[in-house]
Amino acid sequence: MKTFRTGRRAHKAGPKTRAGEAIDLLAPIVGRDAIICDPVELATYECDGLTHFRVRPALAVLVGSSHDVEAVVGTCARLALPFVARGAGTGLSGGAVPDSEGVLLVTSRMRAVLSVQANNQRAVVEPGVTNLEVSKAALPHGLFYAPDPSSQQVCSIGGNVAENSGGAHCLKYGFTTNHVTELEVVTPDGATVKLGGMVGETPGYDLVGAFVGSEGTLGVATKVTVRLLRLPAAVQTVLAAFSDTDSAGRAVSAIIAAGLVPAAIEMMDALAISAAEKAVHCGYPKGAGAVLIVELDGPLAEVEESLLDVNHHCLEQGAFEMRLAVDDADRARIWRGRKSAFAAMGHLSSSYIVQDGVVPRTALPQVLRDIAKLSEETGIRVANVFHAGDGNLHPLVLFDERVAGEEARAEQLSAQILDLCIAHGGSITGEHGVGLDKLTAMSKMFSEDDLATMQLLKAAFDPHRICNPGKAVPTPRLCGEPPRPRRGTQPLQEQGLAELF
Amino acid sequence: MSTLTELEEACPSRVRQGRGLDSIDGVTPGLVASPLGTGEVAAVMRVASSAGLSVVARGAGTKLDWGNPPASADLMVDLSRMSRVIEHEAGDLVARVEAGTSLAQLTEVLGSKGQRFPVDEVVAGSTVGGVVSTGLSGPLRYMYGAVRDLVLGITVVRADGVVAHAGSKVVKNVAGYDLAKLFTGSYGTLGIVTELALKLKPVPVARSFVVAAFPSPRDLTPFLSALLSCQAAPTAIEIERTAPSLPVQMSVLIEGRPRSVELRAAEVATLLGGGEPFVTPPPGWGQLPGPVTLKLTAMLSAVPSLVEQASSIALQLGLPARVTGSAGTGVLFMGLPDRVPAVVLAALVADLRAVCDGLGGHAVVLRAAAALKSQLDPWGPVPGIDLMRRIKESFDPDRRLAPGRFIGGI
Repeated sequence: MKTFRTGRRAHKAGPKTRAGEAIDLLAPIVGRDAIICDPVELATYECDGLTHFRVRPALAVLVGSSHDVEAVVGTCARLALPFVARGAGTGLSGGAVPDSEGVLLVTSRMRAVLSVQANNQRAVVEPGVTNLEVSKAALPHGLFYAPDPSSQQVCSIGGNVAENSGGAHCLKYGFTTNHVTELEVVTPDGATVKLGGMVGETPGYDLVGAFVGSEGTLGVATKVTVRLLRLPAAVQTVLAAFSDTDSAGRAVSAIIAAGLVPAAIEMMDALAISAAEKAVHCGYPKGAGAVLIVELDGPLAEVEESLLDVNHHCLEQGAFEMRLAVDDADRARIWRGRKSAFAAMGHLSSSYIVQDGVVPRTALPQVLRDIAKLSEETGIRVANVFHAGDGNLHPLVLFDERVAGEEARAEQLSAQILDLCIAHGGSITGEHGVGLDKLTAMSKMFSEDDLATMQLLKAAFDPHRICNPGKAVPTPRLCGEPPRPRRGTQPLQEQGLAELF
Repeated sequence: MSTLTELEEACPSRVRQGRGLDSIDGVTPGLVASPLGTGEVAAVMRVASSAGLSVVARGAGTKLDWGNPPASADLMVDLSRMSRVIEHEAGDLVARVEAGTSLAQLTEVLGSKGQRFPVDEVVAGSTVGGVVSTGLSGPLRYMYGAVRDLVLGITVVRADGVVAHAGSKVVKNVAGYDLAKLFTGSYGTLGIVTELALKLKPVPVARSFVVAAFPSPRDLTPFLSALLSCQAAPTAIEIERTAPSLPVQMSVLIEGRPRSVELRAAEVATLLGGGEPFVTPPPGWGQLPGPVTLKLTAMLSAVPSLVEQASSIALQLGLPARVTGSAGTGVLFMGLPDRVPAVVLAALVADLRAVCDGLGGHAVVLRAAAALKSQLDPWGPVPGIDLMRRIKESFDPDRRLAPGRFIGGI
């Protein structure tokens, strides 16, 4: 992957004084050991899951409580220092990339499950708790937390709130925003505010709805109340093999149009399957040009009958093999190929770009054909692994950085895929977020007026623009910039007028 | 050029003087414009902006008397002519509609393809825009979420006449701030909603209602908790107590495939000790009690306690209160006669606020005559009010949109 470093210029006289001042102010509150300012130690925090954006923060604070967060943010507000919150650092859009002059606020120590209230179907957790820990805490009560991003073993709830994370099962259950009812947040002026409540509906503006998915640009969540759902009575998982993605795509449309609501419908194409076979030997049907994984859950009778219909629609659209998971181990085997797909790309290519775009479900076959055409024209291979039920594509654009110009062509193809999504009325990101990575694409999907209107919300929360500045929604000042301004130092950065965006 | 002439240019031959019938909770708008399309709304709003007019939007006008009366209404923007279903792609389970589309019309269009927008028509005649602007859900919210969970994309015209979009027409999208959520339930105080992209669901093949009665709210507790943890997956769990000392009726809706519905309804009937399931909804299903209507919320485990305490407060004040709502989500409504004296209503609301506050919820007066509301704050206190004020200030700095109608005088 391409690597780019900035932030080496962080420790200059002016900023350093402010950062130094912040350390002096914060040490008595959070403890000196919670503050990291050694450049070597700080290297850990230079990037999130999207490793080619790297910025070293002036300092990082490992906050342990709401009180710590309040102190850090309040101090930043007083010193006009930018701050960025970071959970587990698994984000894929550069949303947690630090500000070189600012403070990185790391929530990984805030890992308490504060309560599981089975009779209210709620759990209250600190932001550093991992997604899977919430479901684990709920399990003894027969409950679970529905959003299940692929990184659920490591990703944090605070990060899920910031990114409005989904997962394979959001087709039926929705996203983080549909499962958070209350938040305690520290706003960029350093005040702790409660948003929403135990009940899903509270009077006034839907501040929880505005906050979830705002990519950490409106404040820092310090306490999260989530809905827990009853574990389904029955789960059935079926693997359907097709000769090509066209017929698999038509099967998806047929299932949706027939009124079936599976918990998940996932698709992999031939290239993705071959990578998964090499990596984890998942044993998918030989000769498959595409596979669908369809999972149904709910009341037993409902699931049984729906399963017959799913089989029918798949066969009608040309599925040549259907495999039903007979038990949980079998189900895990079916999912293993899908879940290993991203990592498995290493078996096919030295480098790859993970793209994330959304199209209307009915446009899937057409868009997949268009992507194949682009791939043919450029000679750049594209593997497709995605949440087909939602129309959420994850094309993996493969390249070899040792071949001159290939990386640039891969990047271009990756951007063209987003253009296709926009042309079909879709979105430039279904779950990875905008972060730093897709600011330019935002200007293609939304008009300047749209973006300026979004900035009205930002201005209400963060008038001084110190909270994760320059992420998620391009600022009018720089939103007309050419697509790749991060190749070298920006003129504005050079003059010390602006940091990365 | 006069403001009227400018408005007539912006919205040809559809501007007129306001009349008594247009009155919003006693406030008669000076002018009424009925634009056709987002472009005309924007043109009208630009004129309103330069002339400094206060503006109130109207769909079918069924909930205009909710919240506080507006401090002023120089111009009413009537969206009733904007009633097109712009797009319905059944394979995507998504529809795009103009805000003035009625729920009834939408139900008909979607129903022809076996789909629905799973939000109940709680107030007869409501438009999609009105339901979104008030965030009003009914029984189906237990299974499908509140209105805010079903709006994918939104087009609004800002106070200054600028047209803005947020979200999209696909079911999964995290690009940009989710302004659709911010506008849902904002009572027209942030902008005028002109178009919406909605998430749809298939119409279930079969449905069944199981009804059971319980002598008192306390008797409800074990059954409610059993129902919430059973595997019958109900679509809605509603309760009703028609008067303070009468039994509480619980009605459970089961939807799905015929055989499964039969099995699950039988399971629920056994669990509740109810009789034979019904195919048709019980009387009053999903309708708001009134004419004075309060919204009372509590955390799930406290629903029986809320019914109990709300009943006894009403009884002490001698009010024939009717309590209905969703026991599965903790959102209840109380209906009172309109002859309730203002001071008595104020006392009731104060007591109910204390109760709801202790149970993790809120008490809001949704609908009451202006004279009754003048003696109380319909909205009550809420955390985050400072942020809400800042949002209003940012979107509508001159306070021209439905001024004073919303929470905290927003």
